[in-house]
Amino acid sequence: MALDDRKSEFTFVGTRPNRPDGLDKVTGRAKFGADMSAPGMLHGAILRSPHAHARIVKIDTSKAEAHKDVKAVVTRADFADVPFKPGLEGEFWNVLENVMAGEKALYDGHAVAAVAATSALAARDALKLIEVEYEVLPHVTDVDKAMASDAPVIREGAADYSVPEGMHPNVVRYHESGHGDVEAGFAEADLVIEDSFVTEATHQGYIEPHACLGMLGNDGKGELWCTTQGHWIAQKTCAALLGIETSQLRVTASEIGGGFGGKTTVFIEPVALALSRKANRPVKLVMTRSEVFRATGPTSSASMDIKIGMKKDGTISAAQGVFRLQGGAFPGAPGDMTAMCAFAPYNLTNVKQVGYDVMANRPKQAAYRAPGAPMGAFAVESVIDELCKKLDLDPVDVRLKNAAYEGTKASYGPRYERIGLVETLEAAKAHPHYSAPLKPGQGRGISCGFWFNHGGETSVSLSLSEDGSAQLMVGTPDIGGSRASMALMAAEVLGIPYENIRVTIADTATLGYNDVSHGSRVTYASGLATIKAANHAVEKLCERAAASWGIPTDAVKWENGCAVPSGPNAGDFDPRPLADITAHMGSTGGPISGHFEATPEGAGVSFGTHIVDAEVDPETGKTAITRYTVVQDAGKAIHPTYVEGQYQGGAAQGIGWALNEEYIYGEDGRLQNSIFLDYRIPVASDLPMIDTVIVEVPNPGHPFGVRGVGETGIVPPLAAIANAVSHAAGVRMRQLPMSPPRILAALKDNG
Amino acid sequence: MDYHSPASFAEASALAANATGITRFLAGGTDVLVQLRSELVTPDTLIDIKKIEGVSDITKNADGSWTIGVAATGAEMSEHPELGGDWPGVVEAMDLIGSTQVQGRATLTGNLCNGSPAADSVPAMAAAGVTVTVTGPEGTREVAVEEIPTGPGKTSLSKGELVSAVHIPARGEDGGDAYLRFIPRTEMDIAVVGVGVNLRLDGDTVTEARVSLGAVAPTVLLVEDCAKAIIGSTLDDAALDALAAAASAACNPIDDKRGTIAFRTEVAGVLAKRAAKIAYARAKGEQA
Repeated sequence: MALDDRKSEFTFVGTRPNRPDGLDKVTGRAKFGADMSAPGMLHGAILRSPHAHARIVKIDTSKAEAHKDVKAVVTRADFADVPFKPGLEGEFWNVLENVMAGEKALYDGHAVAAVAATSALAARDALKLIEVEYEVLPHVTDVDKAMASDAPVIREGAADYSVPEGMHPNVVRYHESGHGDVEAGFAEADLVIEDSFVTEATHQGYIEPHACLGMLGNDGKGELWCTTQGHWIAQKTCAALLGIETSQLRVTASEIGGGFGGKTTVFIEPVALALSRKANRPVKLVMTRSEVFRATGPTSSASMDIKIGMKKDGTISAAQGVFRLQGGAFPGAPGDMTAMCAFAPYNLTNVKQVGYDVMANRPKQAAYRAPGAPMGAFAVESVIDELCKKLDLDPVDVRLKNAAYEGTKASYGPRYERIGLVETLEAAKAHPHYSAPLKPGQGRGISCGFWFNHGGETSVSLSLSEDGSAQLMVGTPDIGGSRASMALMAAEVLGIPYENIRVTIADTATLGYNDVSHGSRVTYASGLATIKAANHAVEKLCERAAASWGIPTDAVKWENGCAVPSGPNAGDFDPRPLADITAHMGSTGGPISGHFEATPEGAGVSFGTHIVDAEVDPETGKTAITRYTVVQDAGKAIHPTYVEGQYQGGAAQGIGWALNEEYIYGEDGRLQNSIFLDYRIPVASDLPMIDTVIVEVPNPGHPFGVRGVGETGIVPPLAAIANAVSHAAGVRMRQLPMSPPRILAALKDNG
Repeated sequence: MDYHSPASFAEASALAANATGITRFLAGGTDVLVQLRSELVTPDTLIDIKKIEGVSDITKNADGSWTIGVAATGAEMSEHPELGGDWPGVVEAMDLIGSTQVQGRATLTGNLCNGSPAADSVPAMAAAGVTVTVTGPEGTREVAVEEIPTGPGKTSLSKGELVSAVHIPARGEDGGDAYLRFIPRTEMDIAVVGVGVNLRLDGDTVTEARVSLGAVAPTVLLVEDCAKAIIGSTLDDAALDALAAAASAACNPIDDKRGTIAFRTEVAGVLAKRAAKIAYARAKGEQA
């Protein structure tokens, strides 16, 4: 596709100014979820199930209600009766059931009641006065065991139409896709490897726990302040769960201390509002870290079988995968996403993938950067690595040989538009890291990764001030420096300095609907809308200039922040800078604003290639990551520093997921490690400096060529690290995390 | 909750002896306050001993031994100009605990009396032959460090008793100590295995040795078979293998979220060898 219509020379885009929220954050002035208070405010606390699976026989709240400091107690009866429907259709019901247990507690940490009291301590103490009678039921937390015929049933009738007959009721969705004839392809192969892999659930690990302040009156009018990746979805969900009109609840997003997908739904927000409605006072709720681990969404855990056939020259002749994902006690585990992404980097004649969404007695999984994709890449790219090793082929060359390009029929169906996988592989191969010598005990791994990226409903407004500065209102909470990127894109169109643009995350009452900040969509979709909103304002600026010059509007163009005649025939007028036009806007037709809203569809898929060196201590099984290079296609990097930050963040979280992070359940089905001491995310000294290479293959679907970069960066690390560790240790690692006890045991088994 | 800040150990002891319910002594608070916040232990009586005179002192005595106050922090130990020269293993073990912020509060005494089998400073102290003074209603007594913990979260201190000072022996000639722990990360973690080694040489030959293991049994272990394995040797490979075997044999660990029985047993031997080599090099006056 020709890109002649696409802007390729930039003044502001591609520079690296400080983020507008930076000073507030380093000085403590920024207001996060827990930083808001209101007159008369109460403090809430939530009682949680100590059982993995139990029928709630009776809840007696009378003693808590009688406590002098307690102003309200709520249980499930205080929420709207959202009807249960099977599968995804019933997402409001699922969220309600997760926010406050109904007939059964479905996992350790499931909310069963809540109180609001005059102090946080009083609220916490009042929880001890609530008496809950449980009938403990058999539980299951492992994905393979949850699919077995003797597994306890989490909920009958939760499966949707897609599930084949004869599956256990815990299997709630089924996905199958692909093309060609895999059996014929395996027959053509010189080597076929079939192997199985498992990964444990990990948490997004955002540093800011969920926190909110809710106010809801008996008139059905409310206000909510919360830390969230999407306040419109919070508004819509809370309104549904509380039985009020959506527009009567105004939701404001606080600054957010990390989300990574985990703050794309609600947990405590409807509870705070329910308590507030009952007490007729504002209620603040702040989770503890332990509550975050036990009751908010980790990833799915996964169990996967991969079979790949390869010819001696490295051509993949067939590939097939079965991906079983456990997503907690609710439908939603992204088995379909895992299946669709697993083979997406490759141009395959024969490919088949199957995904299962399986329920177990664990917290409801939530999105975590490219949900479902990292696990699949771990399994597939491990097998490709093993094939390369056995056939004595270079792993980058093999991936180049099979790499998808423009026009390739993707493993999940459509044909790719212009994509940048080949360019990332070529950049990886040319990078000094790939040819650097390794020390004894070290191994090198590489992996590719894919993510779809997303557009989503988007609405942006821009208004100009008399002095020529601009205010930009976007509706996507800033989780990665997006305010800086929006200001750069607006500056590029308007031709005014970056510093003259203030970007605000508008609340639900002041802008049209915006989807959540997810799917790596913000710089793409809000960026596209920002450019179009700025163009809209530029049209009006040109109209004003044309009117002042007495020439037609189409005889005026916008250049370097000024209205100028479009050519010699249009007339001879001095350029009118933006501030000159806005200074008189009140008397020349009124305020000048720009607006754009759409659901843009051209997000542009994204690929990356990672190179990792790992060193394994053969006596203890401890791994050190000694060098790491991320190569990823950004389409066009609006603010390169924050693009690099996304790449490094993906690698850092991937290192944690690969080496030490995991949900550890006891025999009793209770989470054993619900604090950061025992849930081991990497500390700074665990990480090498993570090198980054930004590849720019413009996305045809964005005016400046942007592809989202937030998620792809976490897809390759699990596989790349596993390949590096497997080479360093001399034994193939098939289970994540590759914690020292697992590596040492594998070394022992290997003799 | 009653909070007290007595001016003497005798007063602290009397307060504890007369208290009802759960009593905790508060020095750095890096365990007590965390347990309180997380509702694991909510004391009825909290006795803050930081206001007792001299509790933050680190003193080298005339005979070369050291007295460490019960509120002297890890940071103060690490920054002391001479202590680390005499007992690098003890100082390093203490320094491994927690973050920089925690180092500004955490104490040897607190680490010992918390009763955790995984306490980093305790194997190092046991190897070094550290004793503590215990003050109680009946007066004071001297107790070896390894006699204090009796199980996870439990100590041999009786009601009204508290540790009032820590005593590290004189380093003497040709000695060296070392402490190593295994954690899956590089910082901010709890020992999965900890090993303290303290030895003395005559020429190249080990003449005295104490080897202590942490996190591999309900309490810290002082393993005589480990000491025997290296005493009389030049720490040759055979002696190191015997040391590793003795360390592994002494382990009585559990499977838990932090490690497995097999892993702890194996790695105890690995770390014992590595720690012994460092202690040996230090005893010879080499950098290690």
